[in-house]
Amino acid sequence: MSASYPPMSRKIINVVMLTLTGLCTLLVLSVLLTILGYLLWKGASSLNLDFFTKIPAPVGQAGGGVENAIVGTLKLLALATLIGVPIGLLGGIYLSEFAGGWSAFTIRYTTDLLNGVPSVVMGIFVYTLVVVPMHHFSTLAGGIALGIMMIPIALRSTEDFLRAVPRSLREGGLALGASKSETILTIVIPAAIYGILTGIMLDIARVAGETAPLLFTAFGNLFNSPGWLQPSASLPVIIYTYAISPYEEWHKQAWAAGFVLLSGLLVLNIISRLILARGKKISHG
Amino acid sequence: MRFAEDEPAEEQLPWPQFTVSNLDFYYGNHKALKGINLIVPNKRVMAFIGPSGCGKTTLLRTLNRMNETVPGTRVEGSIRLGDKDLFSVPATRLRRVVGMVFQKPSPFPKTIFDNVAYGLRLDPTIRRNEIADKVEKSLRRAALWDEVKDKLHQSANGISGGQQQRLCIARALAVEPEVLLLDEPCSALDPISTAKIEDLLFEIKNLCTIVIVTHNMLQAARVADYVGFFLNGELIELNRAKQIFQNPENQQTQDYVTGRFG
Repeated sequence: MSASYPPMSRKIINVVMLTLTGLCTLLVLSVLLTILGYLLWKGASSLNLDFFTKIPAPVGQAGGGVENAIVGTLKLLALATLIGVPIGLLGGIYLSEFAGGWSAFTIRYTTDLLNGVPSVVMGIFVYTLVVVPMHHFSTLAGGIALGIMMIPIALRSTEDFLRAVPRSLREGGLALGASKSETILTIVIPAAIYGILTGIMLDIARVAGETAPLLFTAFGNLFNSPGWLQPSASLPVIIYTYAISPYEEWHKQAWAAGFVLLSGLLVLNIISRLILARGKKISHG
Repeated sequence: MRFAEDEPAEEQLPWPQFTVSNLDFYYGNHKALKGINLIVPNKRVMAFIGPSGCGKTTLLRTLNRMNETVPGTRVEGSIRLGDKDLFSVPATRLRRVVGMVFQKPSPFPKTIFDNVAYGLRLDPTIRRNEIADKVEKSLRRAALWDEVKDKLHQSANGISGGQQQRLCIARALAVEPEVLLLDEPCSALDPISTAKIEDLLFEIKNLCTIVIVTHNMLQAARVADYVGFFLNGELIELNRAKQIFQNPENQQTQDYVTGRFG
């Protein structure tokens, strides 16, 4: 092997591409960090204990916070998960393990279509279906809207992770006398569980920031929303409401709320990646 | 199908475990097995040998009906297990009596203990407190107990390939099947692991009938009592191992075992 291998042209191309791809990565990271930093800079003055524990105060009065929005978002996400995850999970299992030919194609196609429905249209749909018969806005309606939006991603992600389980594991189970369902429940799903959980967490992160559907369903509330049948505040909507208001105090709180929302999504993303990495280590360790 | 002429009488045709009659097998329109007639003797080791694509693995997988999990397959002809029609019992029940070990060691992503106990836990009649004993018994039979007894509750993926394959054998033996089918069990392993597995096949021969598919003729000569040579989906010759390797009746068999093709 001579000292001139690899040739200089290849070495140059290597350095150039490494630099270009590195710069692009830095660019993406810097966009994210700039947004986070800007939100923090603008809203830091509002981030105090009151922010997280009190509901909005009348304008002009200092203090007050977005506790009702934080609780509202958590309740909405809990309800959305309860609706979207079981349907998506079971659908993904069916698609991966049982469906074939035409039914598989149809399910995938309609799921992808559902995923493409604009979120504002979803909001109007649930408005007509739930809000109008009930005669008022509610957490329930908001949860239903977000839940329906969660189905396609949960379904496809579950299907992908189940398909990634090697056929040899399924055959191993069948060869021991397990039925197909037993094999799926006791071997295939446990083997894919880390990926499925990650998919669900990322799904939650995706719908957590949706604003348009909530405008027509949960609507908003300056106070705490008891139970599930009253209108509810949520972080995305309160950011919107505060941002278009004429009050400086509320603008600052909108920045802070944006920072809290984005940080929450970032943490959720990081945790889910860590879970997935740990799962890979366990199954291949 | 004939056995050697000079066989002592008591060795003549040990009670048949499997009786295969006029078996045709189709993958879609492709006929992979043509008119197979053979008997797998009870509590003996039978090896299927032949070049790639000759149908030996297809026949093996028919014996525990694993081919039914592949869409588009069709079986014609009959197979009897003992005196029962193979297709008259539910496939899940059949596979508890006819176990299988695959070519690539595939332990479940669970602990070593849970791997071996998996088949046992499927059976509601086996009591929980019996499971630990049965797991130990299986691991001993698979010559793996001493190597893993201190790490039973660690992941099965943490042991070597040869150990994983012995774990798969222990897992199959745990439910005490009458037959053990092995599909090229050593082809992914090093020679030392191969030797360990061949040794344990000698040990478990008196527990269950063994049918092994192998590409390795020396292995077939080492472990098998009876050998079937397959070519292009047909059974060319079936005889005692000694006969097949030293004095085959068929020219094609002679060519294959002397390495002229394959």
